[in-house]
This record gives sequence, structure tokens and C-alpha cells, in this order.
Amino acid sequence: MNRILVYLETHGSGLKRSSLEAITAATATGASVIGLMTDGNETAALSGSEYGLSTCLIAKHPLLSEKSSMAIATTIAQAAKQENVDYVVMAANSTGKEIAPRIAVKLQAGYIPDVISLDASSDKIIAKRPVYAGKAVVSLQATTAQCVMTLRPNVFTAKKQAASLNVSEFIPLIGSNDGRVKITGLVKNEGKLDVSEADVVVSGGRGIKAPENYHLVEELANVLGGAVGSSRAVVDAGWRPHTEQVGQTGKTVSPNLYIACGISGAVQHLAGMSSSKVIVAINKDKEAPIFKIADYGMVGDALEILPKLTDVLRSTLHK
Amino acid sequence: MNIFVCISQVPDTTTKITVAPDGKTMAGTGVKFILNPYDEFAIEEGLQLRTKHGGTVTAVTVGGDSSKEILRTALAMGVDKAILIKDNEKSDSFFVAQNLAETVKGSDILIFGRQSIDFDSYSMSSMVAEILDLPSVSMASKLTINGTNVVVERDVESGKETVATSLPCVISAQKGLNDPRYPKLPDIMKAKSKPIEERAPIACSSRVETLSMELPKTNRTGKILGDSDADIRELVRLLHEEAKVI
Repeated sequence: MNRILVYLETHGSGLKRSSLEAITAATATGASVIGLMTDGNETAALSGSEYGLSTCLIAKHPLLSEKSSMAIATTIAQAAKQENVDYVVMAANSTGKEIAPRIAVKLQAGYIPDVISLDASSDKIIAKRPVYAGKAVVSLQATTAQCVMTLRPNVFTAKKQAASLNVSEFIPLIGSNDGRVKITGLVKNEGKLDVSEADVVVSGGRGIKAPENYHLVEELANVLGGAVGSSRAVVDAGWRPHTEQVGQTGKTVSPNLYIACGISGAVQHLAGMSSSKVIVAINKDKEAPIFKIADYGMVGDALEILPKLTDVLRSTLHK
Repeated sequence: MNIFVCISQVPDTTTKITVAPDGKTMAGTGVKFILNPYDEFAIEEGLQLRTKHGGTVTAVTVGGDSSKEILRTALAMGVDKAILIKDNEKSDSFFVAQNLAETVKGSDILIFGRQSIDFDSYSMSSMVAEILDLPSVSMASKLTINGTNVVVERDVESGKETVATSLPCVISAQKGLNDPRYPKLPDIMKAKSKPIEERAPIACSSRVETLSMELPKTNRTGKILGDSDADIRELVRLLHEEAKVI
């Protein structure tokens, strides 16, 4: 039986949803799963046990409190050795993307980032991941004894499954060298949801015509409890921040619902959102490429449709 | 300051991907290759650091002869030296990381684009940093260097983070770090005759095997409505009852 170490990140008093997704994905392979936290406590681990986590290590070290990415990588690699795991799995978010390659180097392990499916029907897990911004998908397998993987957020669904939890402390050996990088500040996006983590994304493009019309996109996103995205055109025009850009040179998203408003659907944009579960396109031009990948399309002016759609949704959702 | 910029050649973003007869890689015929868009920010940052702190900027890439084109672009933008680590195989990320690390040893700062837009791994800067035992910060949208102190700002999911580190270190560049310059025609002409140093790669075995490549299946409902009030109500009904996403 495979052994998988899952790196767990906290959110409030519990765990990030992407970490819960990783627990579910690892458990679904039939492997024996061990959780590891570097900034958590027993309460957070307990929230993981609602999703099937039965073993959790809680690592403690001053450099971990300072969130040194090097210290976190060292800790995970040492835990992977101690627990003699075959796989190390974590979310493909900004933390995972930064530390997972380091862990792979430390373990002399293969590295498979941004995984969207795991096939454990043979002894060695086969992982699928998108390449060329989702224009193709490759199936990969490590040739090494151990393998490090990051899982794309929002692709695997976290499933509740109660387990009884065993928690133990893990004391890593971390040299002062790992203190060479530390996070010294964080200005939080108050109440703003990141496009890459949202269930619903509403994006605007050139069809929104002017930055002062963008509130129509924001209002629709608010009603749906979603995040606001943007096409490259409106980011380059300076209407919106780059953090909102969806596409090949922005963020890749796979929400349950993606609504493209006044976006024609350049191949670079499609690459960033085509893995969304349900796609709605609103565009004046019925020949626009966005309609080719949409589940539902509305041919018309986004500026006229958006306020009406927001109103209808508001009354429907409040029933 | 000894500045290295690691760059890569990628298919143009408009490329329509088809699978090669081996069933594992992209068919390369007819594909236009370009300098990875994020690497433009890395090169520009290297040049601006040279202006502020003095020193030299070296661009390095791993690839075949065709990769000389992106090194010429870097030279036209103003880098001092260009190195091509010759590799005609389609090697995995470890091979590239090992070879880059071997070449850039001893640099003060090493700058990458945040990701190459072909394999989108976001892995190279952290891998090379780990091999060389250097600190690294990825996705930098602002970089300030004072003596050996380095402060980086970057956007993460929860907000804007400030990260402190020190030279020597590895940085990966996010869009917005700077405004990359366009090379001027005379510089493009001059770059054509500048030397490109070629090096043989060091061998290392690959750690990940590609079993197959396929094109994603699109299986969309494709219901097209108009823009009347009735259509809008119908869309909401479909999202609620058929797609069940609201």
C-alpha cells in the first residue's frame, strides 16, 4: 500500500479547502495518508479528521512560525523521510508552487505539479496535468522511489468522511540557513475572494466598454458570492489589477461556474478558464469563439444583460 | 553585481496544439516559438539592477540551436553575455535545473520568469535555488535591493505579501515587476553578430516519464439564448435546475 504525506495549511481555526481536497484525493487512491502541519494545532487537525484524516503530525519550530519557505520545505522533506512515504502531496497554490520543487530536490524525487487527476489502478500512481495552459493534458509517472505532487485547487472535491484522529508532534532539524527568507508582512485583500480559489468567477472583457461600468460585473459576482476576473485586454488597459487576470499569462481557474461578460474568447483566455465546470458566455457577437466552449450563451450587450441578470438572480436566490 | 537571467523558448500563445506521432509530445512543425513572456520581465529587471548596482547581466537557456533566437532577443535588449546549454532531447525539469545550476553558480542574483508558459510548472526558480542552497522568492511584483538586503513584494491568494531575504538569492518575476523595453532596430542588428557561448550539458537521468499527451475533450451543452427578459429568466432557470450550479 502506498503511503502519502499531505501538507496541510490552516485557514482560520480549520484547514484550507485546498488542503481538504488534498486529503480526499490522497485517501481516494487507497493509500495510507499522513497529514503534516507547520502552522497548525490540534483543532485544525480535527477539522481534517471530518474528511478522513486519521494521522497528523504537527511540526513546531521558531522558523516555522516566521513562515520561512525554506524551513517549511526542510520540515516536509524530513517528515517524508521519517514516515517513509511514497508520495508528498499539497495544493498547487502560491505556497505549494514555491516549496514543492525544493522538497523534490531534497528527496531526489520526481516532481509533478498542478495535477488534475490521480489514477492508482497500478502500483505507481499516474497523474494527469494540463500543459500549454490547458490546451493539452499529459499523463505522467515518476521514475523515482518518491514523488512530490501539487494538486490544482477546485478540481478534486473534498468529501466528508469521519475518522478518529491520532496527533503527534514533529520536531524538525532546521539550520539557521533556512532563516534566509521570511515573510515580514501581509496586507490582506479584505473580503475579496481570489479568482483561483472561488466557486464562481464573473469576468469582464472589452465588452464592458469602460472601467466605470465594471461595477456591473462586481455586482453579479457579489450576488453569486463569487470573485471578479478580467480578460487581458482590460488589465492591459489599466482598468483592473493583474491579480484578476484570467488566462495564459494570468491565472488558471476552474470554478463551478464561470461567467464571461463581453469577452470574445481569445485562445489565451480560453486556456485559463476552459476547465471550469459550467461556462456562461454573454457577448454581442454570436460568432465569438467564447460561445464554442460555453454551456450557455446569451447573444446581446453585456451592459444591458448584466443588471437584469443580477436582479433576477437576486430575487431567485433570496426565495 | 553578477546577474544571471534564466530564460526559455516557448510556443507562441496563439499556437494550436497538436499531438506528435509519438503520442507524448507536441507536434513542433509549423509552430512559432517565442521568448517566454514572463522572461521579458526577468531580463528587464536584470538590466535595471545593472544600471543601479553595476556589474554584468548574463542570459542563459537550455535548448537546441533554435533557442539562439531568444538569446539574441536578450542581447538586443542589452544583456552582456549569452550562454546556450545545448540539449536537443526533450528533457525533464530536473535536467534543466541541474544544468542551469551548474552554469549560474557564483552569481549574486538569479532571475527567472514566474513560469514558462509551455509546461506551466512554476518550478525552475525554486529547484535551482535548492540545488545551489540559495534562498528564493517567487512571483515578485516589486524588488528592492539595499546592500545585501533584498525585499520582495508579491501577490498571494490572501493579499500582498512582503518577503525579506538576502543576496545571493533567486527571484522569479511576475507581470508588473517592470515595463520590459522593446529592443531597438540597431540593437537587434548588432545582436545578430554577438557571440553566443555554447556549452555541453551535464548528464542526469530523468525523474518523471511522460506516458501520453492528449487534447482535452470539450463536452459542452452549448445552448444559445438571446437577450430578452424571458431569455435571462430562462438562463437562471437552466443554471438552477439543469446545471445545478446556483
